[in-house]
Amino acid sequence: MQEHVHLSQKQINKDLLDGVFNTPMWWYLAVTFFGVVFLTGVSAFAYLLNQGLGVTGLNRPVFWGVYVVNFVFWIGISHAGIMISAILRLTQAEWRRPITRAAEVLTVFSLTAALMAAPLVHTGRPWRAFLPTPWILPYDFARGIWPNIRSPFVWDPMAISTYLVASSLFILVALLPDIAVIRDRSTGVRRAIYSFMCLGWRGTPRQWKLQIVAGILLSALVLPVFVSVHSIVSWDFAVEIGVEGWHSTIFAPYFIIGAIHSGVAAVATLMVVMVWVWKLDKYITPDHFDAIGRLLIVVGLTWFFFFFLEWVFALYTLEAPEIAMRKLQVFQWPWSGLFVLFLFTAFIIPVTAWLFKAVRRNLLCMFITTILVNIGMWLERFLIIVPGLMRRTHMVFDWGSYQPSIIELLMVAATFAWLCLGMLVFSKFFPLLPLFDIKEAMINREQIKIGRKEIPASIRE
Amino acid sequence: MFAKRKSIIGLYTDENNVADAMDALKSKGFGENEYEVLTGVPYPEGTFGEAEPHIHLHKFPLIGAVFGFALGLVFTIGTQIAFPVVTGGKPILAIPAMAIIMYELTLLGAILFTVGGIIFESRLPKLFMGAYDTRITEGYIGVVVSTTEDNLTNAQDVLKSSGAEDIKFP
Repeated sequence: MQEHVHLSQKQINKDLLDGVFNTPMWWYLAVTFFGVVFLTGVSAFAYLLNQGLGVTGLNRPVFWGVYVVNFVFWIGISHAGIMISAILRLTQAEWRRPITRAAEVLTVFSLTAALMAAPLVHTGRPWRAFLPTPWILPYDFARGIWPNIRSPFVWDPMAISTYLVASSLFILVALLPDIAVIRDRSTGVRRAIYSFMCLGWRGTPRQWKLQIVAGILLSALVLPVFVSVHSIVSWDFAVEIGVEGWHSTIFAPYFIIGAIHSGVAAVATLMVVMVWVWKLDKYITPDHFDAIGRLLIVVGLTWFFFFFLEWVFALYTLEAPEIAMRKLQVFQWPWSGLFVLFLFTAFIIPVTAWLFKAVRRNLLCMFITTILVNIGMWLERFLIIVPGLMRRTHMVFDWGSYQPSIIELLMVAATFAWLCLGMLVFSKFFPLLPLFDIKEAMINREQIKIGRKEIPASIRE
Repeated sequence: MFAKRKSIIGLYTDENNVADAMDALKSKGFGENEYEVLTGVPYPEGTFGEAEPHIHLHKFPLIGAVFGFALGLVFTIGTQIAFPVVTGGKPILAIPAMAIIMYELTLLGAILFTVGGIIFESRLPKLFMGAYDTRITEGYIGVVVSTTEDNLTNAQDVLKSSGAEDIKFP
């Protein structure tokens, strides 16, 4: 980081709490728009519950469509927060400071979007799925059927709910000092609410020490959960021995690195939005985009290495069904078109572009390239799931293609709207940038003189 | 019978003045539990010459992990015994499937206890704020002295002489 601007704590409070104390017109318009899209999706879900899964495009043999694609996609995005927050915190990367909070919040809302995307829908009658959660009542009353605890579909809710609880608490702990800042600037009922929420935070050396230790300790504890979540999601596929292209030992690390690729790209997109919409250019500078761009190159290349390995392992066996499935993915329209689009958007265009410093430091370029990555990564999941299920195999009496229905598409759109809505509502009540982290960077910052040049340095304990 | 304690807070903008105030309070015979610094930002430990706080946070995740693991064990074994899925030649308890759930619950326990530990060790929730000033969160550094009524004038003199920009009796 070479561009250091010294700002007073008062100025930082004013800049970063502007969204909490003042509500611009665009915020209402955006909330209304995303609220309408979300409610439309909810209505589509209600219609689905009333009519049954027949209103979707799901049919033999493709029973996992865009719902599961969306589920894997949102779980992938949720890896953004922990990648940025925990790993960069543990490695004491200074450039993490302005982006950790937004990345963590993105994690929480994308996890909830993931839960909405598939598990709720695929159970058919979700109220029955929720009833036996404490293992008190059977899933099917008539036949007395309980969920099978050995099933990979029990691992999923365990891992995701652990990750959701951990990520939410991670945010909550780091929010305490910032809520105290809002409390000190509020009056009346608002002050009472924020006073309650910050638990009477005062800022003693003991509290600060615990805040710093907590950041490191929780990062270290959340990381194993982070690794397990996408591994378990990949095992939903990989433990299924009957589907070529899914039953692969490399799926867990391949899914994790794919999640990091799409997650970090999503954080970069969010950073651009924060600069454009919330005018945070004093805090999120081209240096930050440069740093995350370089990180994305490494992540992108690693992802491509695993993608390549997955293909090598698949083709090296020369098993006819596997080859047939791969041919379907790559040579048969429309999958062939989607495959080319996926390769160009997930890897070739963005990673090549990020090699240039001018691209990494340009907000519009970063916005476009990171959006491309997530289009590509969504397609990657689609190409794993749908052609995997619709392959023509022996002893299958019927097969067909898959086209998502309008109901499915509305529900997919609702998950995107939910994320945007969540981020907007969060930004109305809490700062999107961690105030104390930014202030700490300011007090630890010094200029050191080397020869005739003064360069910025950060002092650490 | 303990003498009734009262508090006073001095507000500073210069870190050196705060360190001077802390030294002066120590030299005037104030005990370590009678004064504390309040800041709006984490300063490196010992910046103001304050005593290093001792924390025992490392115990919490360990205890939580043990609880979580035990819960995972009971949960998985209990469920499989209560509703046995008999598969020919295979044991009722499927260890690989159990291990994943136990792993998640172990970490969940560790995380929940850690967060509980952070709150507990931070001495939160604090129902009564005591001596505090809202300017602390905008860059001022507060030195709070909680002492007997007789000693309060002494404390006020120390805070004033060390360069406090404002002194308040809450």
